[in-house]
Amino acid sequence: MQINVTDSEIDEQVHKLRAGDQRAIAKLMTYAEMNLFLASQVIKKLYKYTGNAYIIGITGAPGVGKSSLVNQMAAFYISEGHRVGIIAVDPTSPFSGGAILGDRIRMKKSFSLKDVFIRSMANRGQMGGLARATRDMIKILDAAGYEIILVETVGVGQDEIDIFKAAHTCVVIVVPGMGDEIQAIKAGIMEITDVFVVNKMDLSGVDRTIMDLETTLQLTHNSKPKKPITPAQGLFVKVNNWKPPIIKTNAITGENIPKFIQNIQTHQDFLKKNDLLPIKKLAACKNEIMDIMKFQLYKKVEDYVFKNTDVNDLIEGIIEGDIDPYSISEDILAKFVKEARILDK
Amino acid sequence: MSNERKIRVIVAKPGLDGHDRGAKVVAHGLKDAGFEVIYTGLHQTPEDIVQSVIQEDPDALLLSLLSGAHNKLFTAITKQLEEQGIDDVLVIGGGIIPDQDIPHLKKHGVEEIFGPGTEIDEIVEYVKTHLKR
Repeated sequence: MQINVTDSEIDEQVHKLRAGDQRAIAKLMTYAEMNLFLASQVIKKLYKYTGNAYIIGITGAPGVGKSSLVNQMAAFYISEGHRVGIIAVDPTSPFSGGAILGDRIRMKKSFSLKDVFIRSMANRGQMGGLARATRDMIKILDAAGYEIILVETVGVGQDEIDIFKAAHTCVVIVVPGMGDEIQAIKAGIMEITDVFVVNKMDLSGVDRTIMDLETTLQLTHNSKPKKPITPAQGLFVKVNNWKPPIIKTNAITGENIPKFIQNIQTHQDFLKKNDLLPIKKLAACKNEIMDIMKFQLYKKVEDYVFKNTDVNDLIEGIIEGDIDPYSISEDILAKFVKEARILDK
Repeated sequence: MSNERKIRVIVAKPGLDGHDRGAKVVAHGLKDAGFEVIYTGLHQTPEDIVQSVIQEDPDALLLSLLSGAHNKLFTAITKQLEEQGIDDVLVIGGGIIPDQDIPHLKKHGVEEIFGPGTEIDEIVEYVKTHLKR
């Protein structure tokens, strides 16, 4: 199987991508997904063409209607004359490493597939709701001239918040009947949502769900913050003076979709008016750089640990029961820094 | 974190045939064999399927059809793939395909046909050993 891709092949595909060739986009995505080195080669060549797309993240628990809503959003944006790219992430089986990527099933009929670029990806064990290469895929679509990029995460619980680091506007979908779960998400997802959707508005209990959300939001937005932004708790930027709107929708019939899209536009205008886009971008880049370094270092440590018999002997000390995991880790890291040439390719 | 290449395949149901149990069984079997399986759902036109192949860049395309329209639909798909210059995707078919139709399909770009009673392992092994890239 082909793992090696030459520099000139990547050059050629980037050239074709700029000319609008969908197969070139797809090939570059395949390279970026294959491994970190190829991803770096691809992104180095097309980064200069990125920065024009508006990225919208769509997240929520499994079954709330993410794919159906994305389908409606795509149809709307296409009808307005935009070029739309979609990246849909589904989970990888922890047992086989395989995956069923089924998001395409709900993305059809309302537009021709030629007007939109849809790519499915498995998260390949990555925590956080996205895959390692999702941000690379976004850049590839951006460089290819897609103006609106919709990123659908895996079905998430409470803490899969990587999408908030990658998107300009983050949409969280809930459905009626999840009252207790709304309580549960208020610490993590609730705090960083830009637009709430209560989907399946035909179900009973929709007004109760909106009221629950509203109540929780009021708690968060009760005290007047002094500054518009709380910089980076860790690597996050929190925008303080935006109160997320709540819109009820029916993602099957399309009811209220224009109103929902209008609210995304309002959020985008808010970010622009307050000069928040560069601040968001800086935070996103910090995150990405940290992640890239983490991946690279992890790979090197992993290689070092598994290929080094001395290190394995150290780890086997745990079986004897006379040494604890912290001490072993410190010993291995000390050896690693001394012996491994960590800055080599 | 492994650099090992994942095999990505599309399982597609062309035409008006509404029987997708077989396609779903195959999709799950391939997932359990470690493949990434993109399932398109029912009622796909050849144009839809070819467009999905272009965008998803899979290693293989698995077509399932039980309605009897395979001669027309499978070859419409392989013809469009050829027109698009896509020659690195393995195309195989499955479903209710009479023996006498198999030579015709093989002549037109469908590389293998798996009928009722096929073990998933056979399909897995075939795909792994016949990849075109």
